[in-house]
Amino acid sequence: MTLGNLGHLLVIFSFVTSLVATYAYLRATLLSTDNLQVETWKRFARGAFYIHAAAVIGVCATLYVIIYGHHFEYHYAWSHSSRALPWYYMLSCFWEGQEGSFMLWMFWQAVLGVILIRTNKLWEAPMMTVYALVQAFLTSMILGVIIPGLDFKIGSTPFLTIAEANPGAPFLQLNPDFVPKDGNGLNPLLQNYWMVIHPPTLFLGFALTLVPFAYLMAGLWRKQVVEWLRPALPWTLLTGVILGVGILMGGYWAYETLSFNSYWSWDPVENAVYVPWLIVIAALHTMIIAKKNATALKTSVILIIAQFILILYSTFLTRSGILGNASVHSFTDLGLSGQLLLYLFAFIIVATILTVRVWKLMPSDKDEVSTYSREFWLFMGATVLCLASFQVIIPTSIPVWNSIVQAFGGVSKLAPPTDAISYYTKFQLWFFAVITILSGIGQYFWWKRVQKGKMQDLLTPVWISLFISALLITFGGINKLPYIALLTAAVFALVSNITIIIGVLRGSYRVSGGSITHIGVALMLIGILWSSGYQKVVSLNASGLLISKDDYFTKEDNKENKENVLLWLGQPTRMGDYLLTYRGPRIEIRDVPEFVPNTWVDVIEGDFHAVCLRDITIGEKTYHKKGDTVAVYAENAHYEVEYREPNGRIATLYPRVQFNEKMGLVTSPDIKRELNKDLYSYVTVGSDPKKAEEWSPTENFRVAMQDTFFVNDFVAVLESVGRTDKVEGIALTPNDVAVKAQIKILDKEREYYITPTFAINQERMVMRKPEVNEDLGLRVQFMEIDPKTGTFSFAVNSKQRDYIVMKAVEKPLINVLWIGTIVLVIGFMMSTIRRFREFRLVRDKGVELEKV
Amino acid sequence: MVESKISTTMKKIHIFGLIVIAIAIGIIVSTYGSASTYSNFTEAEELAKEGETSEVHVVGKLTKDANGQIVGMKYDPVMDANRFEFMLVDTNKIVKKVVYLSPKPQDFDKSEQVVVIGRMQKDYFECNKILMKCPSKYTNEAPDFKEATAEKI
Repeated sequence: MTLGNLGHLLVIFSFVTSLVATYAYLRATLLSTDNLQVETWKRFARGAFYIHAAAVIGVCATLYVIIYGHHFEYHYAWSHSSRALPWYYMLSCFWEGQEGSFMLWMFWQAVLGVILIRTNKLWEAPMMTVYALVQAFLTSMILGVIIPGLDFKIGSTPFLTIAEANPGAPFLQLNPDFVPKDGNGLNPLLQNYWMVIHPPTLFLGFALTLVPFAYLMAGLWRKQVVEWLRPALPWTLLTGVILGVGILMGGYWAYETLSFNSYWSWDPVENAVYVPWLIVIAALHTMIIAKKNATALKTSVILIIAQFILILYSTFLTRSGILGNASVHSFTDLGLSGQLLLYLFAFIIVATILTVRVWKLMPSDKDEVSTYSREFWLFMGATVLCLASFQVIIPTSIPVWNSIVQAFGGVSKLAPPTDAISYYTKFQLWFFAVITILSGIGQYFWWKRVQKGKMQDLLTPVWISLFISALLITFGGINKLPYIALLTAAVFALVSNITIIIGVLRGSYRVSGGSITHIGVALMLIGILWSSGYQKVVSLNASGLLISKDDYFTKEDNKENKENVLLWLGQPTRMGDYLLTYRGPRIEIRDVPEFVPNTWVDVIEGDFHAVCLRDITIGEKTYHKKGDTVAVYAENAHYEVEYREPNGRIATLYPRVQFNEKMGLVTSPDIKRELNKDLYSYVTVGSDPKKAEEWSPTENFRVAMQDTFFVNDFVAVLESVGRTDKVEGIALTPNDVAVKAQIKILDKEREYYITPTFAINQERMVMRKPEVNEDLGLRVQFMEIDPKTGTFSFAVNSKQRDYIVMKAVEKPLINVLWIGTIVLVIGFMMSTIRRFREFRLVRDKGVELEKV
Repeated sequence: MVESKISTTMKKIHIFGLIVIAIAIGIIVSTYGSASTYSNFTEAEELAKEGETSEVHVVGKLTKDANGQIVGMKYDPVMDANRFEFMLVDTNKIVKKVVYLSPKPQDFDKSEQVVVIGRMQKDYFECNKILMKCPSKYTNEAPDFKEATAEKI
């Protein structure tokens, strides 16, 4: 049996077992509790789910073996991997394709399912019925089965061979057993360590959204409209943490890898996960108060349904191709959009029916909630979070709206707002200013039980934060009203939450989670405010020279954004406070810690190996000898750019461009990290070091000593010609004669010397060693000496001097953002652990009661 | 007495609900107001003549010559690193020069269909953003096996 057959068989097997588990759990739920058969059905269902989980792991293992073993006869391995990739990037290959990412999602759900079965016997049957059903739906996405007769494809399988994926392709008719020697390779942007861990984290978050949803459905089904909260709450918190971490990792990856100049660009793909995450956060806040407050309970029910449905919706948005003209990310339809839409509606309908059925059973509040209660403030916070997410999902859904209108025969040509970043920021900034203020007030009401008429408790933090904000606004030069508002709000949240931790909780580790999380959010907002609101383009093209005679420039008076600067090789250019010098392209040898000049090695064409042209020595240590073959990252060019600060400090950055035959040119920034700011640089245009510039046709010059002549627009002076004993690369015998010319070449800011040699030996053989100056793009060869006229002749070739076009941006206080994210995650984890512990205590008590 | 208390409490939650609904409607209206439109060069030209400053999305195709080179593409970083020009054919087959005041985007050579966002100037379309669809990246189009087998060792 081939690997592909094995994989496909396991997929079908896992699909069938998930259906069996669903059915068995359904039977167990429908029987009355005292029925003896319940245990039998449950045991059977459990077994089915365990087998299912094992099959899912088998499916993933098979695909990884196909990728890892370079089985390029399979389309998935061919289109996502290549031999040059190290093993950890082969993990990224696994989830580069849509099928692989579905498998990742399934894998986590299978693992979580096993954990749920083992930790919660009380809720097992109804909860797992829903759970296994979702798992069956998900598994069907990679089923790849065509229903005979109907011509309807269910799922898309990653286990197709190239022949199966390209039926009737001409090359297969020539050679049916064709196997490509190498794969297409991984998208260079995904060749980053964050891409090894970001997708698994994000999909774990996706999988986790199912857990509270399944508990809720079970609760509604069995009319336990309040009881579901206890097991669901810790899982909701965990969903919040993991989904949040996944999103943040994605943002960090974008910052480090994409030259979007930002960690967040409000692209529909980002929005699609940001929205459910906000809903999870809102839900966990209402769930905390849902036992005491009926409105909060009903809201929690709706929000838990919404967060799960929104995850399905985001999957639909990003994988159906509907965003086609709205997103910079390319997504294509694998023919699964119909299926996704079907599941989306199926779960909306099931959830609605179950909710409506028991809506009347839910308690209602006798008294109106008081403005001085903790419930009121938490509820307000959750409401604002929901409104914030609503504001994002509406514009993001514009393409869906167009499709709906067009489906009914109408015409809708709405496009998303043109400048997404400023558009969304305009709204989200205010929402978050309110949310952070509420996070501070909410904590006060929660822990201090502020009474009516005793608001002075809150006054102290208000005064302190107004004072600190005023200082920050004055000395930080904050001059825009929205920024002032956001800053003041964030400072208030910081002060009030810190006061709570110190004053009320006395640093108690167990209960401080909430406050710490809020502090993290406030810090993040401060970091975002500075790093995005006050980022500064350093690379303004301020050369002052008229760079183009195009009437466009003279007319428009250079007002357009000149945010990219051109750097000639070796020629220092002033840029803001820095003096920048481009030092040339560099290459990364896999086992050498530093980049080395491209001229040190010769890359074997079409391969990821290179031959050393000289000893590879870094500092004292020699890593490789001349003539060694070494493994390199052949597609990557790192352009060494030296930054000299006014105080003389020098930093070197290596922004990267990848020249990928199949995927085009891909640039990634290099970031110089300082305590108070990041200097973020990326190359927008760079030359491929593998493709050497062509030399111009030879030009001959015949000059006398001290003559001035023009080579390729440079002024050159032949200063001297003298005898020399040593010529590099040529072994001279005592009878040979060698002369060296000294030619001075004047460039804009400095002068260079080019010293070609001319040697003649006893047999009157002439050796002319040309000299190349890369900085000037010149090659000079000493051709002849004419003793009669006292002239010397030189052959000169020129080429375009190497250059790069780059952009550099300063991002102040970005570290506050990263510190904030870490604080947020720590606080969130603390709360999650606390709620899991509470749940376990209550569960174990319940078990004891049952035993008695 | 009791009744009046109930009526005031009803009011409070109603007011709260109304505020939320008002904000939600406000969001929808503002979305509609800020939304751009998918358009073409002819419409963009008319808008510009009317003095409209809002930006539009134009979906178009790049024409390529026999060598696979994009027609009318001009980028000379030595002259100006921040200016890139090309010709775009919109959905009505109208061809216009597009000027992008930034360096040439990374994947441009591989693109076939692009969306340009900006507004019409006198004789060219000035765009601030280009969305590219590169067929090679994620799609499962018929693979080019010549490339895949070009390996030399």
